[in-house]
Amino acid sequence: MHLILFVIFAGFCLAGAINLLLQSHPINSALSLIVVMTSLAVLYLLLGAEFLAAAQIIVYSGAIMVLFTFVVMLLNAGREERTLGSRAAFTVGFPAVVAIMAVLATIILRAQGLGVASLADAITPTEELSRVLFHELLLPFEVTSILILIAILGAVALASPGHGYTSDDGERISNK
Amino acid sequence: MSAFPHEVPLSWYLLLSAVLFSLGVVGFLVKRNVITVFMSIELMLNAVNLSFVTFAHQWHAVKGQIFVFFVMMVAAAEAAVGLAIIIAVFRARATLAVDRIDLMKL
Repeated sequence: MHLILFVIFAGFCLAGAINLLLQSHPINSALSLIVVMTSLAVLYLLLGAEFLAAAQIIVYSGAIMVLFTFVVMLLNAGREERTLGSRAAFTVGFPAVVAIMAVLATIILRAQGLGVASLADAITPTEELSRVLFHELLLPFEVTSILILIAILGAVALASPGHGYTSDDGERISNK
Repeated sequence: MSAFPHEVPLSWYLLLSAVLFSLGVVGFLVKRNVITVFMSIELMLNAVNLSFVTFAHQWHAVKGQIFVFFVMMVAAAEAAVGLAIIIAVFRARATLAVDRIDLMKL
């Protein structure tokens, strides 16, 4: 059962990731990325990380990808154009990526002592996770909340209309 | 039913993570739209998260999962700021093609 679920959702993951590369329209890539992230949530659940599966769906497939699709639609992003730079990326990038992939696969396949995952494994309870998070790691947690607050302020400051220059004459856009 | 394997080796999860990461790198190099390049970065983050969860399962360690939780929070902050930067760049350049936004100055 675990094997069947793994094969199905790993297949969804790979298909979504490949589709992200093949699509030339950003909205199609965004929707394929949602497929990848939701399948990853199922894989997290198979590995016994129930809280992370829920957080993956809420934070990634929910919040972040909604932000992406919103920006794609807001900027009316069209079909991407191919230029000389993409050819250089093809010629240099693909051998490098194949090398990275080969090294990673060799390391993983030669690793000793890796266990197996099955449906009989215990699921990490959220209670245990939160106990560690709020007792031992309370300070990093609070620092991250400050980081998110700063990120929100920065996003508002960057995206507000008074910021930046117009493309034609370099004149500052007036606040309307 | 006994001949059918009920368990999946954790190396398969790690291999899936490596393949997803490589696909993210390919997307980062090949895609010419800045939003899609950003999506490829998110794909790489997700691939690394999968290997974190796999190792948390391997060592029965809760801290691996907590690390993924922190990565998710930082990724949310990063997505918000990154997309705001993309909006600001689009307002200045009226393009999303990475080949045309290769200068820091206007």
